[in-house]
Amino acid sequence: MTATAEPEVGKARLRKEDARLITGQTRWTDNLQLTGMLHMAVLRSPVAHARITNIDCARATAMPGVAIVLTGEDLAAEQGSLPCAWPITEDMKAPPAPALAVDQVNFAGEAVALVIADNAYHAADALAAIDVDYEELPVVLDLQEALLDNDLVHPDLGTNKSATWVYDSADAGSGTNVEDEIASAEVVLERTFRQQRLIPSFMEPRSVVVDPSAGMFTVWSATQIPHILRWMLSAVSGIAEHKIRVIAPDVGGGFGGKLQVTPEELLCLLVARRMGRPVKWTESRTESMLSAHHGRDQLQKITLSARRDGTVTGLKVELLADMGAYLRLVTPGIPILGAFMFNAIYKFAAYRFVCTNVFTNKVPTDAYRGAGRPEATFAIERMMDELAAELGRDPMELRQQNWIKHDEFPFNTVAGLTYDSGNYEAATARAMELFDYEALREEQARRRSSGDPVQIGIGISTYTEMCGLAPSRVLGALRYAAGGWETASIRMLPTGKVEVITGTSPHGQGHETVWSQIVADRLGVPFDDVEVLHGDTASSHKGMDSYGSRSLAVGGTALVHAADKVLAKARRLAAHMMECDEADVEFATGSFSVRGTGTVRTLGDVVLAAHVAHDLPEGMEPGMDADATFDPDNFSFPHGTHLCATEVDTQTGMVKIRLYVAVDDVGTVVNPLIVDGQVHGGLAQGIAQALYEEAIHDEMGTLTTATLADYLVPCAADLPAFITTRTTTPATSNPLGVKGVGEAGTIASTPAVVNSVLDAVRHMGVRDIEMPLSPERVWTALQGGVADASTPAAGGLGSIDSQGGQS
Amino acid sequence: MHISVNVDGVTYADEAEPRLLLVHYLRERLGKTGTVVGCDTGNCGACTVHLDGHSVKSCQMFAVQANGHEVTTIEGLARDGKLHPVQEAFRNNHALQCGFCTPGMIMQAIDLLADESDPDDETVRKGLEGNLCRCTGYQNIVRAVQDAAQRMKPGAGPKIEQHSDEHVGSKQPVGGE
Repeated sequence: MTATAEPEVGKARLRKEDARLITGQTRWTDNLQLTGMLHMAVLRSPVAHARITNIDCARATAMPGVAIVLTGEDLAAEQGSLPCAWPITEDMKAPPAPALAVDQVNFAGEAVALVIADNAYHAADALAAIDVDYEELPVVLDLQEALLDNDLVHPDLGTNKSATWVYDSADAGSGTNVEDEIASAEVVLERTFRQQRLIPSFMEPRSVVVDPSAGMFTVWSATQIPHILRWMLSAVSGIAEHKIRVIAPDVGGGFGGKLQVTPEELLCLLVARRMGRPVKWTESRTESMLSAHHGRDQLQKITLSARRDGTVTGLKVELLADMGAYLRLVTPGIPILGAFMFNAIYKFAAYRFVCTNVFTNKVPTDAYRGAGRPEATFAIERMMDELAAELGRDPMELRQQNWIKHDEFPFNTVAGLTYDSGNYEAATARAMELFDYEALREEQARRRSSGDPVQIGIGISTYTEMCGLAPSRVLGALRYAAGGWETASIRMLPTGKVEVITGTSPHGQGHETVWSQIVADRLGVPFDDVEVLHGDTASSHKGMDSYGSRSLAVGGTALVHAADKVLAKARRLAAHMMECDEADVEFATGSFSVRGTGTVRTLGDVVLAAHVAHDLPEGMEPGMDADATFDPDNFSFPHGTHLCATEVDTQTGMVKIRLYVAVDDVGTVVNPLIVDGQVHGGLAQGIAQALYEEAIHDEMGTLTTATLADYLVPCAADLPAFITTRTTTPATSNPLGVKGVGEAGTIASTPAVVNSVLDAVRHMGVRDIEMPLSPERVWTALQGGVADASTPAAGGLGSIDSQGGQS
Repeated sequence: MHISVNVDGVTYADEAEPRLLLVHYLRERLGKTGTVVGCDTGNCGACTVHLDGHSVKSCQMFAVQANGHEVTTIEGLARDGKLHPVQEAFRNNHALQCGFCTPGMIMQAIDLLADESDPDDETVRKGLEGNLCRCTGYQNIVRAVQDAAQRMKPGAGPKIEQHSDEHVGSKQPVGGE
């Protein structure tokens, strides 16, 4: 075992994962072919709200290759109800959520019948031969209309309101009363923003394979959450947890979209049990868009009070959040994750947050990258620009007046959190320098005065967010059904190689590389001597998986603790081997030595001695493995300053991003290459919300954006090159000093872009444009019209040929 | 229908149902699971392979249309254990995260570089318009393609991957005989 010389943490290591991914030697779930495997296809409701009066499967059952056709009635006794793990209030209303509809469908795309056949083509053929009679019911789509309870999504609940959740700083003792602040304010702004509905759009469609052989149900799934999935599948199906093994092999992106216990996962399990044979289901892209959960979809009414000198005083947030037709795994809690972030980096005296969760006949919503926090950041960063416009102030200077100064940390916020560290001045100074803010303001003034048809705007987002989900006691207080700890194990093998087992479940983030770097540093072993095992409940029996930018801050910390346990034991054995006092043993770059002597034992020597166990200290167990579980005391709080310059063609409404600068403080960086990549991808998704993407249902509740031709995931030509860099204040809540970076780009960028476009056209009388800011909406706004939700944004953006096909 | 297709240097003689998509033939029949399916409308490009040296979306073709042609997939790029320069550039520039779009992205990038020996940023972005990535924001993909261009001397690529102007318009494969 050779010692590593330079520190691994901070090094731009190329990824271990890439070798298989660039050569096609991959392990996607859909690659699996098992002997005797059957294929499942799902018939989905074409209508958004209806009673099922009859299903005729006779023709389908008789078709070639078809083994069985199943309806909700066939599975009613065993399918139970899909889990919702986050009942946000004691009196939250939750409808039963059957995986396969039994007598009623509540959104277009809901599973109605299954065909099980010898291959996927035969299964798909037979779907067309199933006859379903629907008796249509009134469709509930609009959030505000739903509140009136004229028509009900779930008549048995008696209302479309699922729950109302409140945080009030006066009640919590974290601030004053917001109504008092508003009543006594010199300036009060009230705005309503719409967070459009988005589709996570991971590139790998979901796929499930269940093998029921050998007395064990082995479930392969394209999931972010193998551990939670195992637990929930057991709870819903009644199959004992130790008889279920879940494997998340290579998983092609998630972005929250694979943080779910899906109907199809449960159905594959039930069908495999019934048939006694392996079963596979792989969705088409359209199926994915119709049935995998969507994200965002909120109406935000924001009231901000301030003094005439620009000091903000009160913030009142009233949300309506669209649940869709059912409460999936964490659906109700998504808007609540934003509750702590609307006040952001600013020092409000008073804060009140009220969110009402509402059912509609649409695809259920749930986590999508940022999950609650992008919504909060958008609202507050838009409001700060509105206040600046109202007061005629520079928007950056106004923010600076109100934000928490670097010497005020740790800072207790009006939303009840403690921000441990940060330096907003430093990140902003760096961003302003890279952006050349003053020069762009001058150009803006020139174009305004000359009446240039292309106007430019500058958008600011000085965001923070909360990562490292989560302290278990906090989750408990929020009525979440699970904890937020994470676990790691280290197995020291007799040859000195190292196996690391993590309870996190990567799906593109590069944990194999980063976890290897951490262990290499801690134990002084070569990077290449570390193998990281994940995503299989047989090798990693516990874990809380990957979402909420938690993997490194929580899972990485567990790994550090496990490594420290290995070293503690190894140090004791090394002292025994070198016949010295343990206090005299020093450890550096993979070797133990006795202080002041030339006596040395490498970690490899010690590991081998522990393994053969010929001569161990009294009471020491053989072997040199260690497990550790870490439950954080606090969240971590990345922050940064993003600046966006757009060119808006006032004659066409076309928006072009000219310059985008992102300076992020994500704490200590383990691998700068990976951190930059996370920021780039996050920016792309946040910009896409601002300019391109929207899931649209027509008046019947049919999703009209159910292909990648209609739902505008940006291509390379739709996005600019980004300038990204970092400032660093290490987190104090974990030994690595890391904060998390998975969601920062997405959270920060949406308001930066929208603020920029509005800055370009505000002098022409435009006060707001709903997202996404399509050319049509921008142009309409410039004509003095209101571009609202009834104007579909899709189409005509030029990025994707809606005729489909090859470019 | 009987077909004969050369895939990654091996000739296969098979019976194929006329409706069988080329990508399903590659994945299900030949076990070439390096090529993946990301959508069903030809928008995402994850299934991109080369047919006689030019990129095609294998979910938009029937297997029978490949009869008598040569198909190259991501699995056929490395030669004698050595990665293709575009594969190397993707790794060296961190141009992939989850890696699902990567096979198609690499195959399309190779096609692009056969015509553009030193593409600027915009040329790369436009050349990859038919391939979607949800992880990277494309920044490092663009960088990787430009880096690969530097690693590949102009004209040093395989002849089959180059085409003259009159072929540019006929990149769409026509049905096999």
